[in-house]
Amino acid sequence: MASSKPRTEPRFSATFDRYTISEIQRAAATGIYDIRGGGAKRRLPHFDDLLFLGASISRYPLEGYREKCGTDVVLGSRFARKPIHLKIPVTIAGMSFGALSGPAKEALGRGASAVGTSTTTGDGGMTDEERTHSSILVYQVLPSRYGMNPDDLRRADAIEVVVGQGAKPGGGGMLLGQKISARVAGMRTLPEGIDQRSASRHPDWTGPDDLEIKIEELREITDWEKPIYVKVGASRPYYDTALAVKSGADVVVIDGMQGGTAATQEVFIENVGIPTLAAIRQAVEALQELGMHRKVQLVISGGIRNGADVAKALALGADAVAIGTAALIALGDNDPALEAEYNALGTTAGAYDDWQDGRDPAGITTQDPELEKRLDPIIGGRRLANFLSVLALEAQTIARACGKSHLHNLEPEDLVALTVEAAAIARVPLVGTDWIPGQSRT
Amino acid sequence: MPVVDLAWQSVRELNAALHRLAAETNETLWEIANPNGKHAIVAGVDAPIGIEIKGHVGYYCAGMNKQASVRIHGNAGTGVAENMMSGTVHVMGDVSQSAGATGHGGLLIVDGNAAARCGISMKGIDIVVKGSIGAMSAFMAQAGNLVVFGDAGDALGDSIYEATIFVRGNVKSLGADCIERPMTEQDRTRLADLLGRAGFRDGVDPGAFRMYGSARRLYHFHIDNVSSY
Repeated sequence: MASSKPRTEPRFSATFDRYTISEIQRAAATGIYDIRGGGAKRRLPHFDDLLFLGASISRYPLEGYREKCGTDVVLGSRFARKPIHLKIPVTIAGMSFGALSGPAKEALGRGASAVGTSTTTGDGGMTDEERTHSSILVYQVLPSRYGMNPDDLRRADAIEVVVGQGAKPGGGGMLLGQKISARVAGMRTLPEGIDQRSASRHPDWTGPDDLEIKIEELREITDWEKPIYVKVGASRPYYDTALAVKSGADVVVIDGMQGGTAATQEVFIENVGIPTLAAIRQAVEALQELGMHRKVQLVISGGIRNGADVAKALALGADAVAIGTAALIALGDNDPALEAEYNALGTTAGAYDDWQDGRDPAGITTQDPELEKRLDPIIGGRRLANFLSVLALEAQTIARACGKSHLHNLEPEDLVALTVEAAAIARVPLVGTDWIPGQSRT
Repeated sequence: MPVVDLAWQSVRELNAALHRLAAETNETLWEIANPNGKHAIVAGVDAPIGIEIKGHVGYYCAGMNKQASVRIHGNAGTGVAENMMSGTVHVMGDVSQSAGATGHGGLLIVDGNAAARCGISMKGIDIVVKGSIGAMSAFMAQAGNLVVFGDAGDALGDSIYEATIFVRGNVKSLGADCIERPMTEQDRTRLADLLGRAGFRDGVDPGAFRMYGSARRLYHFHIDNVSSY
């Protein structure tokens, strides 16, 4: 006879939750760390923790559909003879051909060009397709120097010296063998099908003094025409920004830990670097102390998802933002229509992050000739253009409500924070108070 | 012959003049006086010309060179001929770190010694060093040949891919996945050809060199090799 004694529900540990247990079991079975794509998935202080105040009796709004709110931005005005002009302050972050399929790179170019913004190459060199389809193309100089050559430097519109990225500050690139096709291998001068791990340090410079000379060389090779960006993963943004300015950068790019990667160890993604929100004010502070705010432009990336995020980043002092993961989602990544195929890969739409495996059913993070056919670059480009337009429209909506005739007129005084930690990080008052943690009240 | 004196002309003026050269230029031999250790001298040249630099140069001399034959009558700083695509760079003195780094093609000749990281991430360049080379040389070297008449420092060829290293002297230590390989007749012929192109036609026996390359054990991550990473 069954006991009628009351029983408690099975209780899962907050410390050893289901994911943690499964990871321990996976590690014990395989002996190797987990590798995946994307950025940090843990909950972090982010733009959601901020609110705009909007206009009131003391602030005068602009008419939503009648009064102009500018969105353009110039990048590279410090030293470059040919700075780039973007119609919207949202750019496409560096993603390599290799990590992404050819049609995906083409779609990024088509979408960005349609709305007057830039795309960026990645750790694998420049393809003719992306140059053709990107009206403004930023060429990355990475530690690996795969495919690096002076002709591509000169046909780029800007140059980005990559010191690190938000998903893995201090880590080198990784592209597993299943994505090293004959063309990818040829562009990188590597054997086909190997697990490629690129260097984490640049081969010919060490430290800010060397970087200054390296930038000088790149300017000499390109006759001082091209804006030169320096991109770092967010870890010490105050010092890195100051050192990038000292080294002669025209533009500083700071990528927070929510920024995506094609393939990196999960432990690295989730535990190294700092959130995007935490990086902005420290970077802006460095620029302001040097008298270089708005003279050396600041681009922020890592977890930008909508126009509110764009507006908040700009209000905190950025000149532009860059998107990567959101752009891939706009192209069709993690589409619920592909749920059955995600299930077959052991995952579900919305959680798919095995970008390193090259089996992406959306045809984006793959080099498989059949899978990549699934992405129509014209349709993908249109979807990205739509998304970028919405980001600009949403940011304008907020800026007008705050009485701003240009997105760059947004300022920290337009913001409050929902949490104490976000107030301290973003250096704006906790909502309903005039308290900014860490700053004395006067 | 155009003579550019960097005592009173700028590197910017020099490089701009060289970048403007047409493919059929008849200004085929240039002389650079008083380089005085300046950086990025003749960087980014893309013309079939000869350049004689009369003195010591700083960082990145002849960086990303294409087609030009550059001779440096002195020592060179960090990253000489970095990312060279084609042509020849001949340094008659010693060179600092990262000589020929990431070079995709062409020939770099060093009459003296090379410091650490010579040929790092080389991608097809040929490098001939008459003296010795420092530590971590040919790190992650992908393609091309590094020839050393003297000795090599620690961790030679660490994580090397498909490049080949020839050393006539002693190797202090080999890096991860770099091994000595027996030289075939084909290898000796290849080395002799390279020595010939570098101007060492007589008196250098290819058989006196030992050859090193990748064991290819690290091309695919395997947990049993974890101690090598």
